[in-house]
Amino acid sequence: MRALTWHGRHDVRVDTVDDPEILNPRDAIIKITATAICGSDLHLYDGYIPTMQAGDILGHEFMGEVVETGSGSTLKKGQKVVVPFTIACGSCYHCGKHQYSACDNGLPADNQDIAQTLYGQPMSGLFGYSHMTGGYAGGQAEYVRVPFSDVGPIVIPEGIDDEKVLFLSDILPTGWMAAENADIEPGDTVAVWGCGPVGLFAVQSAFLMGAERVIAIDHFPHRLELAKKFGAETINFEDSAVYEALMEMTGGIGPDAVIDSVGLEAHGFFVDNVIDQIKKSTFLGTDRTHSIRQAIFACRKGGRVSMPAVYGGFVDKFPLGAFMEKGLTLKTGQTHVQHYLPGLLAAILEEKIDTTFLISHRLALEDAPKGYKMFHYNQNEVTKVVLKPGLALA
Amino acid sequence: MSDVNTDDAPLSASKHTAAAIDTATESLIEKRGDTMVGRAVTINRPRAELFAYFRDFTNLAHFMENVERIDVIDAKRSHWVVKAPGGRTVEWDALITDEVEGEYLAWASQPGADVANSGRIDFRDAGARGTVVTATLLYDPPYGVVGRLIAKLFQREPAIQARRDLRRFKQLMETGEVATAARTRKQFEEEMA
Repeated sequence: MRALTWHGRHDVRVDTVDDPEILNPRDAIIKITATAICGSDLHLYDGYIPTMQAGDILGHEFMGEVVETGSGSTLKKGQKVVVPFTIACGSCYHCGKHQYSACDNGLPADNQDIAQTLYGQPMSGLFGYSHMTGGYAGGQAEYVRVPFSDVGPIVIPEGIDDEKVLFLSDILPTGWMAAENADIEPGDTVAVWGCGPVGLFAVQSAFLMGAERVIAIDHFPHRLELAKKFGAETINFEDSAVYEALMEMTGGIGPDAVIDSVGLEAHGFFVDNVIDQIKKSTFLGTDRTHSIRQAIFACRKGGRVSMPAVYGGFVDKFPLGAFMEKGLTLKTGQTHVQHYLPGLLAAILEEKIDTTFLISHRLALEDAPKGYKMFHYNQNEVTKVVLKPGLALA
Repeated sequence: MSDVNTDDAPLSASKHTAAAIDTATESLIEKRGDTMVGRAVTINRPRAELFAYFRDFTNLAHFMENVERIDVIDAKRSHWVVKAPGGRTVEWDALITDEVEGEYLAWASQPGADVANSGRIDFRDAGARGTVVTATLLYDPPYGVVGRLIAKLFQREPAIQARRDLRRFKQLMETGEVATAARTRKQFEEEMA
């Protein structure tokens, strides 16, 4: 099959590799019909994530058609499914509590050592995101092997366009969980840092959960325009001072809840020996670690902090004093995708949530390297690249 | 229990290694070495089911990656063939020295073992969370410290193996399979080799 493979910094290629096979009873093989490039894929592209190996297949936002099933799979050939980016078993204590991203069994036993050393306990597996998260081949390919296919993938009714449901795989549930973690009460003002896909979905979700006002913060004019379309007020941090603006806009109170959907994913997976290499890069120069500090500083007393943004390592100058003195609450974590799928699919089918506005570019799988390049260099215009193995080359 | 530690922490976490091993050997583990490893894992299955699966030694190769094979000789004795660094194998006869069905199992290698070892595995009810399975091993690494370093390099060190084997035991019992990230049968077999 053809697959987008990682070979090093800014070097991704579409290679011919062996097709995946059923290896465990609960596996299924999915023929990919649509897959997206995630903002977090850019951190792999930029070479910031350790434990990558040349030839690794990327992609954790994907969907497709079931073409083969193991004896323990509940899927049927021909079904259309969206696959969660988190690989969870459905049988352990954490899955029983719907904390799917904390699944005990999603990671192969040997791969659990890295996460256990860094974080104290290993987390669930992830598709196409380095060997620390399992080393599973991703979905930017013609086919993918999906473990635990009886609990992960959600079956999509016939006749629904891929583009309407593709983002159930990651960014829609992530934006939704971000808003849920903000414990929004009717009448609240919610401030959202970052108008990438997760931030934009958090804006939509916050309104659905009863927020009276949502204030979106970014510096890309096009992305702020999208937030505005959903009814958010905007702050462009290149034009305005964020803390001052938020205090004035909330009558001197501060937002009731703040959502950091910027983060610095590149921090997340770093072990000490690569931190220096990262510090040398220009990535830290973009001031992105600022968002969580600013959010805590601006948040009203007794308010809620939700952090869908991915952090992985250690953060300097965390405003622990402001956090304690103001009595804030912080909720965060990788998304428990499987928990949110039924409800969010229903919301899409009832047209309460639209996700298609996000897609700015559609490319053939063969054009994936071009997609990475354009996403990397033009984040204002390129909001989401969807790859379709079936699409003819542009 | 002797007074190695003044707290309730398990012996395997003790900073007073020699004294902790003496205490451990008082609690059913035959002394077979000066390196102690203890690992606990919580498995979301009933205690009786886990004990029964483990007690049938022909099952162990399903999750003990380095076990090449275990020949059951009789109710108490078995012969173990285990992969070692450099494509070699090490062998020993193991004798079950004590057991209470559904609760624990203690064993010790018999004279002539390539790697002398002993240990016990305990199964304790954990309410709604299932069963806590604790493995405590004593072993005598071949060629001492150097041998241990080499084994660690090849990730065949018992401490690493015990941790990973228990995770695989948990996966198999909870999910019915052992997680693998391999994409093809060929990759899968290479990982198992």
